[in-house]
This record gives sequence, structure tokens and C-alpha cells, in this order.
Amino acid sequence: MHNKVRVQTTINGEPQEFLCEPRQSLLECLRDILGLTGTKEGCNDGNCGACTVLMDDRVVTSCLVLGVEAEGCQITTIEGIARGSDLHPLQRAFLENAALQCGVCTPGFIVTAKALLDREPNPSEEQIRLWLANNLCRCTGYDKIIRAVEQAAQEARA
Amino acid sequence: MKTQEYTVIGTRPIRHDGADKVTGRALYGADFQMAGLLHGFILRSPHAHARIRRIDTSKAAAFPGVKAVVTADDFPQVPERLVDLGEGDTPLSYARGNVLAQGKVLYRGHAVAAIAATSVHVAEEAAGLIEVDYEVLPCALTAPDAMREGAPILHEDLKTKEFGEQTSRVSNVAEHFRHVMGDIEAGFAEADITVEREFNTATVHQGYIEPHNATALWNNDGRILVWCSTQGAFVVRDVTACILDVPVSRVKVTPMEIGGGFGGKIPVYLEPVAALLSKKTGKPVRIVMSRKDVFEATGPTPGSNIKVKIGARKDGRITAAQAYLAYEAGAYPGAMVASGAMCVFAAYDIANVVIDGFDVVVNKPSTAAYRAPGATNAAFATETVVDEIAEKLGMDPLDFRLKNAAKEGTRRADGPKYRRIGCVEVIEAMKKHPHYTAPLGGPNRGRGVAVGFWFNVGLPSSCTISVSADGTVNLVEGSTDIGGTRTSIAMQAAEVLGIPAESVRPTVVDTDSVGFTAVTGGSRTTFATGWAAYEAAQDIVRQMKERAAKLWETDAASVTMERGVFRAADKSMTFQELAAKLDQTGGPVVGRGAVNPRGVGGSFSGNIADVEVDPDTGKVTILRFTAVQDAGKAIHPSYVEGQMQGGSAQGIGWALNEEYWMNGSGTMMNSSLLDYRMPTALDLPMIDTVIVEVPNPGHPFGARGVGEANIIPPPAAIANAIYHAAGVRMDRLPMNPPAIMEAIWKQRD
Repeated sequence: MHNKVRVQTTINGEPQEFLCEPRQSLLECLRDILGLTGTKEGCNDGNCGACTVLMDDRVVTSCLVLGVEAEGCQITTIEGIARGSDLHPLQRAFLENAALQCGVCTPGFIVTAKALLDREPNPSEEQIRLWLANNLCRCTGYDKIIRAVEQAAQEARA
Repeated sequence: MKTQEYTVIGTRPIRHDGADKVTGRALYGADFQMAGLLHGFILRSPHAHARIRRIDTSKAAAFPGVKAVVTADDFPQVPERLVDLGEGDTPLSYARGNVLAQGKVLYRGHAVAAIAATSVHVAEEAAGLIEVDYEVLPCALTAPDAMREGAPILHEDLKTKEFGEQTSRVSNVAEHFRHVMGDIEAGFAEADITVEREFNTATVHQGYIEPHNATALWNNDGRILVWCSTQGAFVVRDVTACILDVPVSRVKVTPMEIGGGFGGKIPVYLEPVAALLSKKTGKPVRIVMSRKDVFEATGPTPGSNIKVKIGARKDGRITAAQAYLAYEAGAYPGAMVASGAMCVFAAYDIANVVIDGFDVVVNKPSTAAYRAPGATNAAFATETVVDEIAEKLGMDPLDFRLKNAAKEGTRRADGPKYRRIGCVEVIEAMKKHPHYTAPLGGPNRGRGVAVGFWFNVGLPSSCTISVSADGTVNLVEGSTDIGGTRTSIAMQAAEVLGIPAESVRPTVVDTDSVGFTAVTGGSRTTFATGWAAYEAAQDIVRQMKERAAKLWETDAASVTMERGVFRAADKSMTFQELAAKLDQTGGPVVGRGAVNPRGVGGSFSGNIADVEVDPDTGKVTILRFTAVQDAGKAIHPSYVEGQMQGGSAQGIGWALNEEYWMNGSGTMMNSSLLDYRMPTALDLPMIDTVIVEVPNPGHPFGARGVGEANIIPPPAAIANAIYHAAGVRMDRLPMNPPAIMEAIWKQRD
């Protein structure tokens, strides 16, 4: 059996402490240990972006980060995007633009898009496409996702 | 055409499950948790074709943390019979054999044994201790290979069915069928021009982002409870019960949220195995596939070898068409060649037709449906040949198509005569679109068009609706919601009841809690389950008229209901007001709808694609893309557009990049999402959509299914655009840079 390691971190603004095996990914820790199942597994090798989270404001695929690497970090997951009972403008824009179909890639897209808008409040279509190339969606053809991000950016600037 | 005013149909309400899906609260199969949960792992074959001499699981079983190991021997051995897999019947031995291999492995990734352990890592480690003694056999990987004299035989007991008759010929050809209409020789004799081409298309995967998963609990009362990601909970129930040899009533399947399917989540892979492991351990067992497993061991769509020959007169009328379709079924019979044959010439009114179809088993994963299964391969061939003929006749490619377009009354070679269809309207909308005449704006650019047809299906659906005292209703249905169908179904009930879509709360429930409902597939859900909701809502209206009659002391026949207001003589009451008076007029009102609709309306779609081909690298860039489709009546236009855009994107990936890149021994060399290159946001332009509405006379609101036809034309439209940009006629998919460069060099020589 493997010895577990204690990890102290901050998740969605709340201090968190958990025990994990050194081989467990941050994705596993979030989902299986902390019950934060909003972060999805699509490939477990960093290519689909469904497990995207922010780690000290860096965009990471949590399947390629070890749980123990979260020590001392600020982690933001999809569960930390809404503002209390109000949806984040991105979340609202995704709904208003029908920018999701099955919805399994949506958490990753919203987290990536938030990171983009935090850095660049007025992104071009090309910039949005470049950033979101981090995430795969198989349902929408991306059209409505791009429009949702454009709308959220516009609203945030208004 | 009569245009009807609707208040809810045709609007764009926000989906009922929206908040859950943008906050991460929606629970998908892999999110399911239960006390005492064990984790399963499946050991898979490293060989594409091998006999299993012996499996020794003793070391794995003794590994700390392992709770159970199972192989195919643990399944009850029951006599052969047919089981309904959701989109057709198959022998039980095939369904069971694909879940855990018996005697032979037929493709790399074929499940051989399964382990339940305290963690998925322990289960995976222990799987490495299972000893399997294989006798490796030569493999057949493509239809032409497998059809060769002396090819390795996958199933020693598989005898070719030819023209509906069982022969005694043992071969990899499970079936050869033929559709004949008119006199093909006379038709070609009448032609001034004949073009015949051969095409090869690679195996491709649906590529849903959520891997397959299942949790099963063999409960202490003998009931088997399953939570999984599936397009059809009732199919999972029925197939699991068949394989485990228990009555269907012993199995209860709860469909969790599903992360994409496109046809690939109709077959059953994990549920019976998780149930067996649960039986052995007394605990719930969850199995989640890795992405590699999804590629290697679930059902992609068939690769194919196709020949199409079309003859036409100088005036542009097609006189004869012939097709040879050999589709790779993968390990077990059932390539989607029958549907390919239905669609290959479906867009055209042709008097003389012969279509030969071959269902060929090969050492690749057993194929499954993928969005209009079989039709995209076929249309790639037909629409490329049609384009070449139009060019040689000096006709505009859309005018040529219009001249030959199928319409009401046209008979297809496989039998059916069309009811009202929108083929002409779709082509006319393409012609009218500004995209069609816009300048291309640069060198190495070309424009291509193509059309496609999908017949759609009906199948059974059930729905109940109960009225709440506040004037809202709860709608219960059994169709897995993959793209917003909760809402498109709820909207149809709302329209009947005269209440807003938001006043209907739709819930997708388990197999114990709703009447039988067939799979979410065949573009049927909005059409058929929507119809069940329509019927349930009509039932409510009927009952509520009786309640109003009671209150007004009149007879129900004199009560009318329009737009949510009940009226009789000078009295009136809104739906909401009457809903508050149900208790004093006889108790709750519950409506039911159960349908098996026949009035299916096929859907046509068309694309205009602009590409730029880099003459030095062969890279194709999609500059502009327009999708046109006949929706009959768009219930929720945003979701119709979404289907069109999603199908286009999948078709573009199929056209340009995607393939199972197999080595000679049957190993897929690109089984990751890095190497199996699906389109990203950076690879695609905005996808313009035009919804054509030619109402389907077979549906209360005129709806046709819209989920599938949109994937059919993209590869052909892009191939035709590549021709006009680079001067090469592509005859294979994918049309990736090496394929394009090869074609360009060949042309230069």
C-alpha cells in the first residue's frame, strides 16, 4: 500500500486539507477525495481540457497535475465561478447562446474563458479561438461558444 | 403551405438543466458515488486476432485490495437468441462476446477479464498479473482484405447471407444484399456521359468527450441496479438482463447525464461486467473507460470501400446509378451498410438503380452508429461523382442537383416512396445564399457543395405529465437528453397547454419510472418523445375541460381551450386558475402519452464550403462554411442550429483529419486525443446555418428529426472544394496533407 500525503491548499477561496496518494492527480483528488465532480475527466492525458482548473491563476489540466503539487496553491474550479446564487456572466452567456449541448466539456470551457477574460477583457475572435483550442467540444462546432464568450466580454465591459 | 401561429414552438427558452450544467452540479455517470463503492478495471487484448488458450487469474485475485476477478466463463451460458440492441437485433452470443471475449479475441482492445478492487490503481496493477496465453492469428483489417480468398476468418460459424438466403459459404462477408430498380443497362445505354470512381474511407470515432462508464449494484434482494451514461436506458436494461439471463424486471437502469453519444453510446459494454463483479463482491462496482479504451474497444463507424457509377444525358438528367458498398462491421456483423444503401442515391430521382451492399467483419472494434450511420461514407462517393458529371456537362452543380432532386412521390431503390420532403427547398436555399456567389478572394481557393439525406426513425416513447396547484406541470420522460431535448420536448407540451416553456419541468427518469422509451438516436427524440409529450398534454386538456365543466355545471363538450384559457359560454378561466381548483373538482390530474409514431419525415441537408489548399504542404483551411437543413418545423431554433453546427464540425473532422491509423498487426497508432486529431476552435470558422422548414405532415407540429443529416454532406462538399482549389479529385478520407500532396504530385507526373 502507499503512504498518503497531507496536502494543504485553498480551493475556491476556502482552505482545504486532504490526504492523497503521491500518484493521484489533482483531478482525482478534486473528484474522488473532495467530491468536486464538476471538473470532468475526458482523456486523462491533457488533451481534451474537460478537467481545466486555475492554479494560482494559471490554466492547467488537472489530470496532468499531481494532487501533492497543489500544496500551498489557490485552486479555482467550476464550482467556484458563480457569484453566490448569481451566475457568472460567462455562465449566463453560455445559457443564453445555447453554447452547450451535452455539457460535459462546459466546465472546462467556462474556466478557460474566465482566465482569458481576466487577462484580456476585449479579446478578438482569433484570441478566443486560440485560448479555447485548449478545450475540445464535440457537440457544438464551437460557433455558439465563441459567441457566448464574446457576449460575456461585452457585458463585462459595459 | 399553411403557416400556424405558435406561442412556444419556434422560440428559444433557456434549457431546464442549464444552471446545473454551467455550475458543474449536473451529475454524469462517472460522478456517481455510493457507500462501499469498488472500482473496476478491464484487461484488454493486445492482439487484433488470437485464440485464448488459457486465462490464469490466480495471481491477480491474490493481490492486496482485489475483491473479485471475472472472465467470460462467469456469464451464464444460455441458448442462442436475438437481442434488440436499440438499432437492430443481434445474436446474444455476439453481444455477450463483445462484452467479454469467449474463446477468441477479435480486435485489439477486446475485453478479456475484469477486476474489482478498492481503487482503480490497485485494479489496474492487478490486471497486469492476469496471465493470458494467446495463440496469435493473422488479421484482416479492411473490407477488401477480409473479402479476399484465403483471408483469415474471424468467425468459423459465420456463413454469408446472400440476397436474403442463407448460404453455406463460411466467410467474413456476413451479408450481401442488392436493391434493384428499373433497367440499369438500358439506363447507362441512354447516358451521354458516365463517371465511375472508387473510394476508400477510414474508420472514424464519434469522439464524445465523456468516456463510457457504468456503476452496478447486485442488490441483496436480487435486483440489479445500474447507473450509467447511455443513449437508451431501456436498451441497457434489456441487453444486461439478456446477458445475465434474468428477467428485465430484475434490472433497473438510471441514466445519468450523458457527455455526448452520437450513436456510440447505444451499445452495452460495461454494465453486465460491473454487475457480475458486484454479484461476486456484494458491493457496488464502478467501471470507467480510459480514452484509449474508448478508441480501441467501443464502436467507431465503419471504414468502407465504395464504387459509384452514374450516367447522365447531355441535358443534365441522370439516367442510371450503380453503387457497390463494402463496409467494415468490425468484429461482429452489423456494419451500417443497410442505411448506407438507403441513403447513397436518396437525394435523386433516378429510374434505373442497382445497389450492392456487403457487411464485412474485420479485426477492428465492433462498429456502432455514428450520426446518420453509413450515409456519410456513401454521400462522399455519390456527391463527388455528381460534381464531376456536372462539371463535365458544364452545368452549375446546384442546377444539376435541382434537375435530378428527389421530391414527393420519388421512389428510392430500397423501396420507400417519399412523402413531402424538402430536398428541392434545401438546394434552392443553398443557391439563394449569398455565400454561393461571394468572391473567393484569393488563389488556391475553391468552393464545393454537396447534399445529404437521412431517413430518421420513430420508435416507442412514453411520457406522463402531472399538474401542480400553481399552474405549472411536471413532465416525466425516458429519453436521455444529449443536446437539449428536455426543453424541446417540454416546449411541445407547453404549446398544447398554453403555458410558458418555463412552467413545464421535464425530468428524465429511470426504467422503473416511465413507460418504455427507445434510444435517443435516429433523430427521433424531439420528434417521437415530443409527440408523447404532445399526447400527454392533450390528455391533460381533456381532463381539465371536464373539471371546468364541473365547476361551471355544463358538459365538457361545450368547454374550449385556447392558448391556456378554458371557456364555456360567458365563463373563462386560465390554466393556472383551474390548476388551483383540481382538489375540489375530483383530485389530481395526470396525463399520459405513449406513442410509436409512423409519420417519420426524412431530413435533407446541404453545405457550401470554401477552402484554401496550401500547394506546398497540402494543408486545407476551411475559410467559410454554410449548413442548410430541412427541420420540418424547428421546435427550438437554437438547438437546431446547434445540431447543424455540431454535425458540420464532425463532418469537417472526418473529411480532413480523423482516422483510425492502424499498423499491420491491427494496433491503432493514434489512440489519444492528441493524435486522433478532432477539430479545435482554432480549426473552424463560424458555421452559418439556414433552417429550411418544409413541415412534416406526419407530426403534430411538423417536426422532422434534425440530429443527423447535417454530418453527411461535409466530406463531399470539402472534397469538391479541394478539387476547385487544387485541381485534384480526392477519392479517400481523410483528405489530410499527405493524401492531398500525393494527389497533387500524381497529377503533376
